[in-house]
Amino acid sequence: MGILDLANPIRFLSLSARLLPWLAGLTALTLAVGLALAFRAPADYQQGETVKIMYIHVPFAWLAMFGYTMMAASSLGILVWRHPLADVAHKAAAPIGATFAALCLITGSLWGRPMWGTYWVWDARLTSMLVLLLLYLGLMALRSAIEDPNRAGRAAAILTLVGFINVPIVKFSVDWWNTLHQPASVFRMGGPTIEASLLWPLLICAFGFTLLFVTLHMLGMRTEILRRRVQALEARAAAEAMA
Amino acid sequence: MWSAFIAVVRRDLGLALGSGGGAGLGVVFFLSVVTVVPFAVGPDLVLLARIGPAILWIGALLASLIGLERLFAGDVEDGSLDALSLSALPLELTAAAKGLAHWIATGLPLVVAAPALALMLNLDGRAMGAVMLTLLVGTPAVTFLGLIGAAFAGAFRRGGLLIAVLVIPLAIPVLIFAVSATTAAVTGPVPFGTPFRVLLGLALFALVLGPVAAAAALRGARG
Repeated sequence: MGILDLANPIRFLSLSARLLPWLAGLTALTLAVGLALAFRAPADYQQGETVKIMYIHVPFAWLAMFGYTMMAASSLGILVWRHPLADVAHKAAAPIGATFAALCLITGSLWGRPMWGTYWVWDARLTSMLVLLLLYLGLMALRSAIEDPNRAGRAAAILTLVGFINVPIVKFSVDWWNTLHQPASVFRMGGPTIEASLLWPLLICAFGFTLLFVTLHMLGMRTEILRRRVQALEARAAAEAMA
Repeated sequence: MWSAFIAVVRRDLGLALGSGGGAGLGVVFFLSVVTVVPFAVGPDLVLLARIGPAILWIGALLASLIGLERLFAGDVEDGSLDALSLSALPLELTAAAKGLAHWIATGLPLVVAAPALALMLNLDGRAMGAVMLTLLVGTPAVTFLGLIGAAFAGAFRRGGLLIAVLVIPLAIPVLIFAVSATTAAVTGPVPFGTPFRVLLGLALFALVLGPVAAAAALRGARG
């Protein structure tokens, strides 16, 4: 069985039905462990207990970017192979990614108030995330503006790829424009600068939220496939009633 | 191929200038935006001189985007886009030609009008020159990025709000480097050339990305 067999919508439905309970359970377990560890992790000497927000804020930021990257990959699937499952994956990921981006901004804002003394600053990293959120919202607006799902999928795929090319440029521009946020401290040349006692809970939380993303995404894809099936059945029933 | 490109540019220019209000309306919109800002922030000339380049750039950005709504819509509706796509010219170059004509008809007048509006905002000669130069380089970038939104709007008969929502995030780098080049020219410490060269690069990038993505959108819409 090749990977393309998995990409068959019917196979996907049966496989995901079997996988989903396990994934959901694993997500709950990992998040429970990760968050428990996060609560027991030592407080930062400067930031005190507010550093705990990091354990959800940072995974949200990573997953907002992960979601967009996955959508860009699905866009290639839509445009190059015209695969229906790629379209479903793309459509289901947008609201989840947008929610993670919004949560990242909200948690960051709540963290910023005690640390920087303000809910919002026009700092480079915040602004880049805001632009990413705008891209997500634009993609959702484009999809909802077009009735035909096939054409909507291709249009959204093109816009996703244009955005994907543009995101590094926006990131670079905004960095040039203003920087107050701390620089990257986990994924950097020469290893992480973050202390191990803080790093491990963070990585487990990040893994847990990634599982959450995958679970929600799989659920969203199932819903979307079933929705399309219902629409097709309704159209057929209407056509038969007319005949 | 070159003559076909010129022909599309001339046709679109004729349509834009002939239908009346194409170029003029954009400039009037630009003037309206610039007029409204002092009412909002107060008539303080020192403050206006400081934020003047930003005001001019936001006005020009909005004026460039709002005019894009009908760029492909008319051609999609009356079938001339199908005729154009049968010609020797690839759809990418047709889109580029239409973008160029649109910029000459609506973007260039904004650049020409900018010094007069800059006077109203108390900008000195140095800042005025910098704004004009950045507009000359930056507005084509906005127009060509806007081609993507215009293609969606034309293909799916959707209005200008959608174009603005889709294109504004893409245009942020242009705005950043245009305004920082102007600021650099007036106050330093970075020399004007540094951000300006990045702006030139962004414009060249948009000249390629815009038509290619717009053509893909037009093809995708046809199904």
